[in-house]
Amino acid sequence: MDQLFSAVMTIGIGVGGCLTYFFLSNLLLDRIYPATGANISFNINRANAIRPWLFMFPAIILLAIYLVYPLFWSIYLSFMDAAGEKFVGGANYSWMLADAKFQESMRNNVLWLIVVPAFSTAFGLIAAAVTDRIKWGNLAKAMIFMPMAISFVGASVIWKFVYDFRPEGTAQIGLLNAIYEYFGGVPQTWLTSEIVNSFLLMVVLIWIQTGFAMVILSGALRGIPEETVEAAILDGASPLQIFFKIKVPQIWGTIIVVWTTITITVLKVFDIVLTMTNGQWGTQVLGNYMFDWLVRGQDSGRASAIAIVIMLLVLPIMIWNIRNARKEMR
Amino acid sequence: MDNIVGGKSSLTWAVNLAAAFLVLLWTIPTFGLLVSSFREKDQIISSGWWQSMFPQEAAVQVRGAAPDTAVQEGALFVITGNAFEEGQAGTISAFGVTSREPAAVVAGETATTPEGYRITVNADGTYRIESDVPFEGTRGERFFVTTTQPPSFTTENYGTVLTGEGLARGFFNTMTVSIPATIIPILIAAFAAYALAWMEFPGRALLLACVVGMLVVPLQLALIPLLQLHLWAGIGKSYLGVWLAHSAFGLPLAIYLLRNYMAGLPREIIESARVDGATDFQIFLKIILPLSFPALASFAIFQFLWTWNDLLVALVFLGATQDQLVMTGQLKELMGSRGGDWELLATSAFISIAVPLVVFFAMQKYLVRGLLSGSVK
Repeated sequence: MDQLFSAVMTIGIGVGGCLTYFFLSNLLLDRIYPATGANISFNINRANAIRPWLFMFPAIILLAIYLVYPLFWSIYLSFMDAAGEKFVGGANYSWMLADAKFQESMRNNVLWLIVVPAFSTAFGLIAAAVTDRIKWGNLAKAMIFMPMAISFVGASVIWKFVYDFRPEGTAQIGLLNAIYEYFGGVPQTWLTSEIVNSFLLMVVLIWIQTGFAMVILSGALRGIPEETVEAAILDGASPLQIFFKIKVPQIWGTIIVVWTTITITVLKVFDIVLTMTNGQWGTQVLGNYMFDWLVRGQDSGRASAIAIVIMLLVLPIMIWNIRNARKEMR
Repeated sequence: MDNIVGGKSSLTWAVNLAAAFLVLLWTIPTFGLLVSSFREKDQIISSGWWQSMFPQEAAVQVRGAAPDTAVQEGALFVITGNAFEEGQAGTISAFGVTSREPAAVVAGETATTPEGYRITVNADGTYRIESDVPFEGTRGERFFVTTTQPPSFTTENYGTVLTGEGLARGFFNTMTVSIPATIIPILIAAFAAYALAWMEFPGRALLLACVVGMLVVPLQLALIPLLQLHLWAGIGKSYLGVWLAHSAFGLPLAIYLLRNYMAGLPREIIESARVDGATDFQIFLKIILPLSFPALASFAIFQFLWTWNDLLVALVFLGATQDQLVMTGQLKELMGSRGGDWELLATSAFISIAVPLVVFFAMQKYLVRGLLSGSVK
């Protein structure tokens, strides 16, 4: 209870503090450069030049400390030793390149990058196209969208139960093994069989991300001008032709946005791997490997170097996003 | 659109079927765990959850009442009792006296044990063991029954988990993390978004580009430097640190969503307020903020779901002690240490995802709107 009280207090202090800051700083600005008197126009201009920065000050400070500074400090740390005390040059990076587990993580991340965005977007597109045409579409959408609200850890529990293994001859309680056995297979310990297990972990993320893709693509599909579809129908196009040749090309931009957004999520994937296999049996990925070196390895140099690699992989998408955003603003 | 072409009923069918298939595929895993959280531990590991909706057959070993409970009826010594434990319901289809043939005899008939006792087990579970000589030993006679039990569900797991495993504590810890971390960034972001949307100043485009860039900065990058910073500043591993971290990590999305929304508000309202002599502070508080409610709501939902569901930030910036472990952290521990106790795992998982699910279904409209405004432009 104490704790909840302190949480409520923090909300009060945080919100109240913000409001007080904004109010007082604006008041102060109006006092220093009053919009009256002899040099009124000079004062107004001055106040208008300063005011935006007053409005943005708390945000800029927080972002600078929590996002910009860590970027540079991580680069610095990645050239230091485990305790962050001695300069070791590129040792962390050369260790990384030779490390088998890092290579495995890179290989898996590449696999994830290919499989997850592709399947999520494809399923999302199918789900959007299908649910837009049926009466109970909203309900269907809500059901497919629901995993978005479930934590990665919760999703891991859900799927680990699906993948559960019982020895042959006993009743299978995992759905996958039950189906596999029904079709004549011998029950497998899925999460320990290499390569297959990575794909089974990807299924979890695809399951979560498909709803996101569906919602956005459905919005885009509805935005397609009706005339184009009607014209195609009059020309005798089949429903499949309409979908692939008329609709999909028109929402291509949105498909790419969805694809890149999911790509970012994939690059940061961590919880699923940590809770389901903890990177054992050939399932390691960069996000979890970095965490491993941070917590278990207690090596800020190597962990930072891995984080930098993740950042480098994100960088192209970041630049592409910024260029797109700037194009829109113009 | 279909009616233009005429009756395409086969297509409609296919579409409905495809949708139903997708929905099933997407809900079955969750549903399975939900069903399991209402089953008893023994049932979960003895049969798949999909069988729990139907009566179940199980072979169980029963030990009869102890020999000293025998009563004498004429020349016979008789032990009677019920194969079902108290409160248990079901029917018995067959029984047997050896483990090699546990279902050799149909219920209601009589079998003879290796010791020469005659045993009858009825469908309702009552049994009668007869002997011409007094029973020997101290342990009851062992026999086997094949029972058919009706589907049974229990809420016991929820009671156990909420009182025992510290999950109630975790629930409060998660709430302590996520509520301030949702509310605090909103105001900070709203002021910044207003400045970026409606005030002219040099460097505005550059700042906006930075915000867009920061949207995708991987969290992993920030962990070590911030942990060191928190330790250096004396914040250490505490709620304050998590609140600050979550607030800052949520800011880029908040500023981006709110700026896009505010920039779309009609210029006339703001300009006429300016002509009437309103200051920027007044315009913001009295006009922009109330008008931006939909965008504020969608960000609040995103941030709440993200902070409630987060594991990484809590693991790094909070300690692992009972009074600081959030629910996702507890679930992770459970999966490691009690990975086979599905009744605990399933129940804990459902308690942890209940709140986000409620928020999700109640506020879906705002969530969808936020997603659309964030990505489709």
